[in-house]
Amino acid sequence: MCANIEMMMRINWKNRETDRGGEMNLQVEQVDKDLVHKFKIIGEIDIYTAPKLKEHLAKLEQAEGMEVELDLSEVNYMDSTGLGVFVGFYKEIKAHNAKLVIKGLNQRLYRLFEITGLNEIMEIEQIEGGEDDASV
Amino acid sequence: MQAFDYIEVKVPAKPQYVGVARLAISGLASRLGFTYDEIEDLKIAASEAVTNAVQHAYNDEKVGEVILGCALYEDRLEIVVTDHGRSFDFEETKKKIGPYQDWNEESPLREGGLGLYLMEALMDEVKIDHGEGVIVFMTKYLGRERGEGHVKPTVFS
Repeated sequence: MCANIEMMMRINWKNRETDRGGEMNLQVEQVDKDLVHKFKIIGEIDIYTAPKLKEHLAKLEQAEGMEVELDLSEVNYMDSTGLGVFVGFYKEIKAHNAKLVIKGLNQRLYRLFEITGLNEIMEIEQIEGGEDDASV
Repeated sequence: MQAFDYIEVKVPAKPQYVGVARLAISGLASRLGFTYDEIEDLKIAASEAVTNAVQHAYNDEKVGEVILGCALYEDRLEIVVTDHGRSFDFEETKKKIGPYQDWNEESPLREGGLGLYLMEALMDEVKIDHGEGVIVFMTKYLGRERGEGHVKPTVFS
């Protein structure tokens, strides 16, 4: 029945060619539970890391009624390349009648969705609590 | 002419160096005394311009260089990003650039899409010139409320 089958994947996206100091640009952790797939994205999303994020999300086999949750609470930088990946993924999800929730957005990340009007199209959740005070 | 300090960063037009350009902007903006949020805006806007240049350069056979020119004034930071990799005269380049056409219309920069939109939203002024290569010129003033003046419609409205 509701057995907790948890699968944890840890993928370190380091660039093989240029990574010298072991600095990590982007990391994705995936937890799958029944029909809910949770991804935690850690690091920076820019033109350099976006293709890897896209590739990772593309590996997910989409099924009818599936739910995908993307946790961005540990994304410390994102620009339009990241938004582009999420828009593309959202279209895929919609095409499969599935659901996408993007959560854990701090004020700054939320603003990017707001400026571009994506917050009115996609389901996104801000971090609860006193974020507003923290950034003053 | 107002006095300014000029700093230039030249990187290969490759994705892995966009973050390096971003770090440079972050450091310079912090020197000028921008707030945390403003610095984040500048990082995104500059990254968008450099990203654009990198994508542009990738269509060509040979990988070029992107130059990020930064002029630090008392009251503002001016940034010029060019994708042709040749050095340029900051003042002369500035004079050449006019306001860009509404990119919602079909324009060669439409491919920039969201990136251009974000630059426009996060900076006080953005100008683009596409003669030989693309030149992006943008300004952010110290201590200015974002979105002061007019409110722009969103991409999807």
